[in-house]
Amino acid sequence: MESVSSPLRCFGECHTAEKYTDDGVETVTSVEQRKVERSIQEVVSVYKQIHSLPPTLLRDQHYQYLKKGLRHLSDAYECLDASRPWLCYWILHSLELLEEPVPTAIASDVCKFLARCQSPTGGFAGGPCQAAHLAPTYAAVNALCIIGTQEAYNIIDREKLLSFLFSVKQPDGSFVMHIGGEVDVRSTYCAASVASLTNIMTPTLFQDTPTWIVSCQNWEGGLGGVPGLEAHGGYTFCGMAAMVILGKEHMLDLKSLLRWVASRQMRYEGGFQGRCNKLVDGCYSFWQAGLLPLLHRALFKGGDSTLSLQKWMFEQQALQEYILLCCQNPAGGLLDKPGKSRDFYHTCYCLSGLSVAQHFGNMDLHHELIVGREENRLVIVFSSLQAPSHPVYNICPEKVAQAIQHFHQLPVPVPAQKEGSSACNTTTDHS
Amino acid sequence: CPIHQCPSNRKEWADLEPVPQDDGPNPVVKIAYSDKFTDVYDYFRALLKNDEKSDRAFTLTAEAIELNAANYTVWHYRRVLLQALEKDLREEMRYITAIIEDQPKNYQVWHHRRMVVEWLNDPSEELEFIAEILSQDAKNYHAWQHRQWVLKEYKLWDSELEYVEQLLEEDVRNNSAWNQRHYVISHTTGYSDPSILNREVQYSLKQIKKAPHNESVWNYLKGILQDRGLSSHPGLLEQILELKETHCSPYLLGFLVDIYEDSLENTSGDQVEVLSKALELCELLAQEKDTIRREYWSYVGRSLQMKYCSDDPSTTSSAPETDRGSASVSVHQETTCNS
Repeated sequence: MESVSSPLRCFGECHTAEKYTDDGVETVTSVEQRKVERSIQEVVSVYKQIHSLPPTLLRDQHYQYLKKGLRHLSDAYECLDASRPWLCYWILHSLELLEEPVPTAIASDVCKFLARCQSPTGGFAGGPCQAAHLAPTYAAVNALCIIGTQEAYNIIDREKLLSFLFSVKQPDGSFVMHIGGEVDVRSTYCAASVASLTNIMTPTLFQDTPTWIVSCQNWEGGLGGVPGLEAHGGYTFCGMAAMVILGKEHMLDLKSLLRWVASRQMRYEGGFQGRCNKLVDGCYSFWQAGLLPLLHRALFKGGDSTLSLQKWMFEQQALQEYILLCCQNPAGGLLDKPGKSRDFYHTCYCLSGLSVAQHFGNMDLHHELIVGREENRLVIVFSSLQAPSHPVYNICPEKVAQAIQHFHQLPVPVPAQKEGSSACNTTTDHS
Repeated sequence: CPIHQCPSNRKEWADLEPVPQDDGPNPVVKIAYSDKFTDVYDYFRALLKNDEKSDRAFTLTAEAIELNAANYTVWHYRRVLLQALEKDLREEMRYITAIIEDQPKNYQVWHHRRMVVEWLNDPSEELEFIAEILSQDAKNYHAWQHRQWVLKEYKLWDSELEYVEQLLEEDVRNNSAWNQRHYVISHTTGYSDPSILNREVQYSLKQIKKAPHNESVWNYLKGILQDRGLSSHPGLLEQILELKETHCSPYLLGFLVDIYEDSLENTSGDQVEVLSKALELCELLAQEKDTIRREYWSYVGRSLQMKYCSDDPSTTSSAPETDRGSASVSVHQETTCNS
């Protein structure tokens, strides 16, 4: 195990040379980028002056912030009133990364709440009495798997969930996010994730889905939300992870994808941008950096013998420094970049990215690189899908294994209806 | 709750029993809703429960949307009402225009606009509207998604390349605009015609000379040439090597690696020189010019070596750093493929 309590990359002499070169041609893009670099430089120089300690993950502060949020949220969260299962997942996953146990009572309360978010016609909604939607469905199933009790598993109505998935399936292989809703590649990841965890995959459920996902890969090498769109970290992760779940990752141009994502790490900031020529954001620590373990495994599976045995193909130390120095709110919670407010989404994905950057693993190996103190170490997010580790689900591997083991004891439900048959104008999902 | 603001204070709602949100006895992630929020949504739930399709329901959806524009259940219900009550869709266009101006980064508002445009079968306002939104944020992903849908659905390609060029004139680093350039050309002339391809290569080189450290243009150049093979484009290598003297960047060096790799892949005969140059560049990028991607460039070097080293592969050690250290590997590299 490697512990870097000594030279930080961002303290090095060569670091300033990594700043953006605008060639004397100022545009909105270069102006914005330089503003961010200046704020990062400020953070780094303040850190140099007042901190003699290595970078520290503010565990206690984050824990207090998360613990409170699991119960109460201010009215600033009205905008997430249709995403409450997400709030459960972001908070529970952050706690599990910090190795903070969730008290049994509150875990049970989460289960009961998510049960109220489950739609009578299957799938989960953003809140009680709302319509089912693939995103809160993904979040709810993940949250329940993190809890991992029988009570949690039993909340999920697998038969109805399967019929919900069929009801949003499109003839071209894609999925709409909800009845009467939009299509994009997030939906395929949400569907593949919940279907594989709860063992409800049928032979036709994902028919043509891999081909559709492949059509989202563009000239840049990454994936867009739908075919034709600009390559974007969030959508690329969703597409790649879905392909891994479906066992079809080799259908993508992995070399181009690798080049694209490796190029998304910012040379000065150390964190990742979501798209070429855009700004760094802490959440891409997971969406982008999380692609590298997936690619590593896919290339390995494809027979590649030149892969590293110790490191992912991104600068792990630089990412950890960005998260620890630039993305922590001193009062708890993590964020996009300096100057932004904390929120539970960024807390979840900054911590998830930190874990990816700390841990390297493959079939037999596990190698750690912890920037700062030992205590900064987080739990791994890899999951073993019968093979090497990879952050497909973004919940801890033990919870993935346990859920899969539980649901595979149950028979795959028999689909009651064919795909697309619920495309009717009802105000709700009630039949 | 202030009069006129909450449904519960208005007489037109007197007959309806509001439905409070039931989070259960021990709520989690409980949001401290304002009184107005609670009230509006209590009545919305009541309408939903009764499946009421009325004008007051329609009006209430606007209030619910204003409080949380991400509530996709409300948007769906509003669409049901638009059809059931045969509402004026032109007015709805005006409404959705205002909402998008206010909250341009929301999924539901754009999807709603798409539905209304489809129902009206009238895209005539779209390109101008989207351009207006892009003038405020030239990279708004939803705006570009909507634009691509409009262009394709209604075949409105005629002025789009011109629009893209205008955006690139304003910001040559706008990657969304480069993507749109690729989208338009792919869906119109395509890149097969050599005169089109050449035009695009020349355009790209021109932009490179203006701002050599703009990653987008280098990616675009590679993107349009890679299917035909980078090394097959006559004179390109020479032009890039020339640019290397005055307009060098990590992107140029990476592009050279790509040309050399393509040459190794597609040219027969002895490629020792080419491999050597490629490996030298990977080393330069990894150690000096693009160190943030050191692990990546090292991997690329190892892969090239593995694939193209003319020695018997079984004697070439391809394993990267091992726990025993890399000394044995690098010595072996020196005696086989000299860089």
